[in-house]
This record gives sequence, structure tokens and C-alpha cells, in this order.
Amino acid sequence: MSSVPNRPTESFDATRAGNAVLGKSVVVKGQILSREDLTIDGEVEGTIEMQEHRLTIGQNGKVRASVKAREVIVLGTLHGNVETGDRIDIRKEAKLVGDIRTARIVIEDGAYFKGNVDIVRAEVPKPSATASAPKPATAPPANSPVSAGPAMAAGVGEIKR
Amino acid sequence: METRSSSGLDQFCSLLVERPGLTLLDLAGANQSTMGFLTNLGHRVYSDDFLLQMDRCFGDGDFYENQSDPQKVTQFLDSALDYPAQHFDAALVWDSLEFLSGPLLETVVERLSNMLRPGSYMLALFHNEERVQTIPTYSYRIQDRKTMLLAPRGRRQPAQFFNNRSLEKLFHDFESVKFFLTRDHLREVIVRR
Repeated sequence: MSSVPNRPTESFDATRAGNAVLGKSVVVKGQILSREDLTIDGEVEGTIEMQEHRLTIGQNGKVRASVKAREVIVLGTLHGNVETGDRIDIRKEAKLVGDIRTARIVIEDGAYFKGNVDIVRAEVPKPSATASAPKPATAPPANSPVSAGPAMAAGVGEIKR
Repeated sequence: METRSSSGLDQFCSLLVERPGLTLLDLAGANQSTMGFLTNLGHRVYSDDFLLQMDRCFGDGDFYENQSDPQKVTQFLDSALDYPAQHFDAALVWDSLEFLSGPLLETVVERLSNMLRPGSYMLALFHNEERVQTIPTYSYRIQDRKTMLLAPRGRRQPAQFFNNRSLEKLFHDFESVKFFLTRDHLREVIVRR
């Protein structure tokens, strides 16, 4: 496992791609930085950063932390804000309380979620000599299924004060 | 899962489509369908399962009697409606208000009013079949702007039934109350803050 609680400056061996696992009897308090996919089936309190990798919170996992990852899959319990570059997948029986900032979200029936969802869509970078990194945008894509102007439905009655 | 076409939902959605970036409250509990629909319109969505929160706070014993227990009421309000003032641009409360008894109902409507920005809208549903003991409850979802998806959640006894006059009274702090004709026993209401 290349996760190092409370030691963010320690270098990681990026060539060792794999899937680290925190077993269900493991308790971690502090900061986790990971350069490989990580599965948490134990308890974590603190912060988790793994922006290029996938975090899976297993069925037994109990995490109270802010999370930044490429992708997050929740099967257990997560209290904390989540930021993903790609997607978050909240599975049946999962419990997530916190705000989510992500490009895509999947919520299975039976999952409990309380919080805010902010979908961030990356702009397509324009080809130019001074091209900069794509910036997130909250506006819908041009082809989003937005209907035309408002159509007033026939109401039985309206009381205005 | 049943589907139901809805003029109230259609009107509610028409108020959202040309204004991306709104902050919306959905009290039906998070689900893929509503989340996908609203975020595709460019909005932020705050989700919670209001009925589940009620069950957690009042479900142990007599559901309605517990709603007059000050400690349980405080716990409920703190867990289910602890939002900043004027935080939301629109709210979907579906049929959840039917399961709140008198004083708590008034408090909840007052809180909702406080959480909404002036000029914002709220969609609520009320059963009007008065001769029944229990009514079907659902997890309401948006399939498209004119269609709801109804995922069954069993039957419940409502705290009370509402007619147009009692709804006007309930939402007296709001600027307007609009009722929609339906073919079934569900009255659709949009109120404007």
C-alpha cells in the first residue's frame, strides 16, 4: 500500500500501479495520499487525496473525510465532501452525507444521500498556441435536453397576493 | 414503477429551463432520474429524503403524537431543515407535507419559506381522496418535464386532508398559490415565495 497517513511529503513509487486495501479492522486518522487505486473497508477519519485514481469505500467502510479522487465508488458510509474528476458511483445500501462536485454521478436505488450535487463539466479545450488547461463550467452542454420557452399549464386557480 | 403525467411538474420545469445555475432542493431522496434531469439543465441539486428523516425522528411509537414532542421536533428540524436563509431557488417537496401534523406543519412551511429566495417556486402534492384511511406513498422522480416516476413506498395515514381553502391558509406567507387539475386524487400545487 502506498498510502501514507500524516506524511504527505513522502515520495511514492508511481510505477507500482495496483489496488491498495485498508482492511475492515484498520483505523486511520490523518491524511491519505495515494498514487494507486484504494479500497477502504475499515475506518478513516481525515482527508483522502488521490486525484488520478479510484477510491472504493467497501460495504464495511466508514469514512469521515473530505475526498478528492478521479473516481469514487461508495458501498459503505461516507461523511464528507467529495470532489471527483470523473465520476462518483453511490451504490445500493451506501450512505453518503456531504456535498459532491463531480463530472458524472450514478445513484443506485436504495442508496441514501444527503447533500448538494454540483456537476462540473470540463470545457473542450480550444486548439491554440496558448492553450491553457480546461476550466470547469457549470453550464449545461449545448445539446442538453433543455426544452424551449415556458409553457403555462392550465391551472384550476391561482391566488396572488 | 408507475408513471404519471403532470401539468404542475411541467410548469415547475418551465420555470427552470432557461435559468441554469440555480440551487434546487429535492426532498424525495436522491435518485438517478431526478438528479440527471436537473443537473442536465445546469442546476445544483440538494437532495434529502424528507420522509426518511420523519421516520427516523418520529417513527418509534405513535408517529403523529411524537410530532408534538419538543425534543423530537427540534431533532427533526435540525436534521432535515437546517439550511441557510434564502439558499434555494426552487424546491420539490412532493407529498411530504401531508405527513406533518398541525403545529409542526406550520413550522416546516415557515422554514421552507425562509429557505427559499423571494420569487422562487415550490412544488407540492396533496391527496384529496378524503374517504380513505391511508394513501399510497411514493418516491417521486422526474422522468421528463411532463412525467413523474412513482416508486412505491407503501401506504400511510396522512395527518390531514387539504382542500383549496386550507392550502391557501397553509401557504398564506407565499406570494401566490396555483392549483392544477388532475385526473387522479392528487392535487398539484405550485407556490411562489
